Amino acid sequence: MAHQRLGRIGLAATATALAIVAASVGGVLAQDKVSLNMISMAQAGMTPDEMNAVISEFVELNPGVEIVPEYVAYDALHDKIATGMASGQSPFDIMLVDDIWFPEFAEAGWLTDISADVPADMLADSSQAAWDIVSYDGKQYGLPWLLDQLYFFYNEDMLTQAGFDAPPTTWEEMTDMAQAMKDQGIVDNPIVLPLGQIEAAITQFVAFLYGNGGEFFDEAGNPVFNSPEAVGAVQWLADGIASGLINPASTTYGEEDARNAISAGKAAFTVNWTYMYDLANNPDESAVPGQIKMAMMPAFAKGVEAGIPSATNNGSMGFAVSSGSANPDAAMAFIEYLTSKDVQKRYSAHVTPLWTSLASDPELLAAQPVLLAMFAEQWPFAHVRPKVPYYLEMSQTLQVALQEALVGSKSAQDALDGAVAVAVDLAGE
Amino acid sequence: MTHAGTTTKPTPPPKPTRSRPRLALPDSLAGWLLVAPTVLFLAAVFAYPVVSTALTSLQDAKLTKPGEATFVGLENYTDLASSDAFWQAIWRTVYFTVVSVGLELILGIAIAAFISRRFAGWRFLRLAIFVPWAVPTIAAATMFRWIYNADYGALNGLLFQLGAIDQYVPWLADPFAAMNFVIVTDIWKSTPFVVLIVLAAVAGIPGELYEAARIDGASRWQSFWRVTLPMLKGGILLVLVVRTVEAFRVFDIIYILTGGGPANGTLVISYVAYQETFRFFNLGRGAALSFIISLFVLMAALLYLRLLSTRQGETR
Repeated sequence: MAHQRLGRIGLAATATALAIVAASVGGVLAQDKVSLNMISMAQAGMTPDEMNAVISEFVELNPGVEIVPEYVAYDALHDKIATGMASGQSPFDIMLVDDIWFPEFAEAGWLTDISADVPADMLADSSQAAWDIVSYDGKQYGLPWLLDQLYFFYNEDMLTQAGFDAPPTTWEEMTDMAQAMKDQGIVDNPIVLPLGQIEAAITQFVAFLYGNGGEFFDEAGNPVFNSPEAVGAVQWLADGIASGLINPASTTYGEEDARNAISAGKAAFTVNWTYMYDLANNPDESAVPGQIKMAMMPAFAKGVEAGIPSATNNGSMGFAVSSGSANPDAAMAFIEYLTSKDVQKRYSAHVTPLWTSLASDPELLAAQPVLLAMFAEQWPFAHVRPKVPYYLEMSQTLQVALQEALVGSKSAQDALDGAVAVAVDLAGE
Repeated sequence: MTHAGTTTKPTPPPKPTRSRPRLALPDSLAGWLLVAPTVLFLAAVFAYPVVSTALTSLQDAKLTKPGEATFVGLENYTDLASSDAFWQAIWRTVYFTVVSVGLELILGIAIAAFISRRFAGWRFLRLAIFVPWAVPTIAAATMFRWIYNADYGALNGLLFQLGAIDQYVPWLADPFAAMNFVIVTDIWKSTPFVVLIVLAAVAGIPGELYEAARIDGASRWQSFWRVTLPMLKGGILLVLVVRTVEAFRVFDIIYILTGGGPANGTLVISYVAYQETFRFFNLGRGAALSFIISLFVLMAALLYLRLLSTRQGETR
């Protein structure tokens, strides 16, 4: 009896499976539309709703095309693209890529070189810093999209209370202001920075390194982030932590922790991305709404002397066309539409426009009075992180080195020397 | 499923009393067919991954360079064995395991001994003690990240109001302190498991033993030391095996609380394996690390199982 029953179940299962296969094959054959799979982010930049609206517009203009979007968290994006593309199936046509991943993905052969297809008017009406995001080895592998950089934030009320009427223009000046605040009992740890053992610490390091006249790699491509300028910057951070002017918990903090400290009125100065401005001034999110202002990123006095008034980190992302896409032209057409001047003007709430001329557009300025002006002013001083295919490993090493220097288990010089040695090894592998 | 029983019979019954279907399969074949899905399933989810991981661990394989994997023999293993960072991670893991499992055991037995007595409210207390165990580890770790926060954490708030500290302390900023706070979190989370097992073992101790001890004039402490504890050995060893294996593979608490920092102070071996495999995509080295972790866990388990079997033999 059991055999018969099993047999019947087996038969039914096989029939069902065949039916499913037949249905899906039929579905594929029945499709005459070009279907594009897109992987993007549901975190910063345009919201999925806004993105879907742009997709609808594009599909209306191009009836033969269909776009299937997928939105994941930033932390999942790299691994999802990498594992998907490594499978050899090329599950995506259009991919949102962070600037630090372009070299790795380009080396792996997953990105289409679109250098020849970049729209000339876009190129003419945008900044070099935007193209640094999507470039590797002299080629363009995508169109810049989510332009962001680190900004300097300060609590205006605390500053006034301590007797200052303008934000600092050098880091040394900020230290003096912080000391005054601490002495007057306004706030215990006036500066808070996201320096935890995470990527955030590297973005901060870039700002301080370049602000002291240093750089990551020299012209010949050798890692030089153990230069006197780099050591000086890290030593300044370590001293700040030791004296308590920089919150000692900074070595455990990410951007959100730093933002929360500012929003709780526990700190006066921080360095963070665009998104913090809205939240820190939102009464639902913050105990100090309306008090948090933005200013140009300071530099070190040594940097200012060398003609560097400001330095920050360019932490932007771009859209790329997958090398395995069956319809690269349609995919390229979509990312061109997404980054077009018209779309960028109409969807400016969460994305800073790539088009330089939009920064002086009166309608846009009326809609985004603070952020747009701040972006334009700060952007020329934005530096990208190193464009190397072994970036993630080097970053991890440097994160640990920074931690060792900041908690005092190694000197800044020793810690950075060690990280540079590892970077040399990685480059040679 | 009557067939399972009949397969062992040497000959089929000469005259089946039940009518069989005409094209019936021989019973042994039917048996194989019935277990085939399980065998295939185990081969697919157990044997294949183990063999595949073993082979990967002998290669220089990078996920971002598909098709470029090269055979390197034991190089991944020798590289690890000669790396300071690897041994530091192992020692951190051993420290975490020994301290957290040790404290969980002591605390667990103490709590079990306390709540096995039926005082007023014992039912509520018994239930309440298991709440931490029921909370998902990720949620528990996220909660403790808030509790330990240097600027708005509950621990700072409590100690400050009690006057124990005069300003907020960044608990997780020192590498060694951070490891100990990770351990506290693990103890909070896992002690209820020890309590549960010990309570079950206590319930299995015959009342006559205590009666006899009392008649012999034993104090409460003596009867705990001479009766309860020896009778708990089986349960304790079980707890030791399970908790050691779990603690050696600790990952989620650290992922949420410290991310391996500060300055790698909480970088345990599972976290290294995670980084190698899923952050840097060094599949070969990641596979080698996974094998080494399995080896350590296996050694610990075998050691305990040996102890367990001899101890049980002794008590009989």
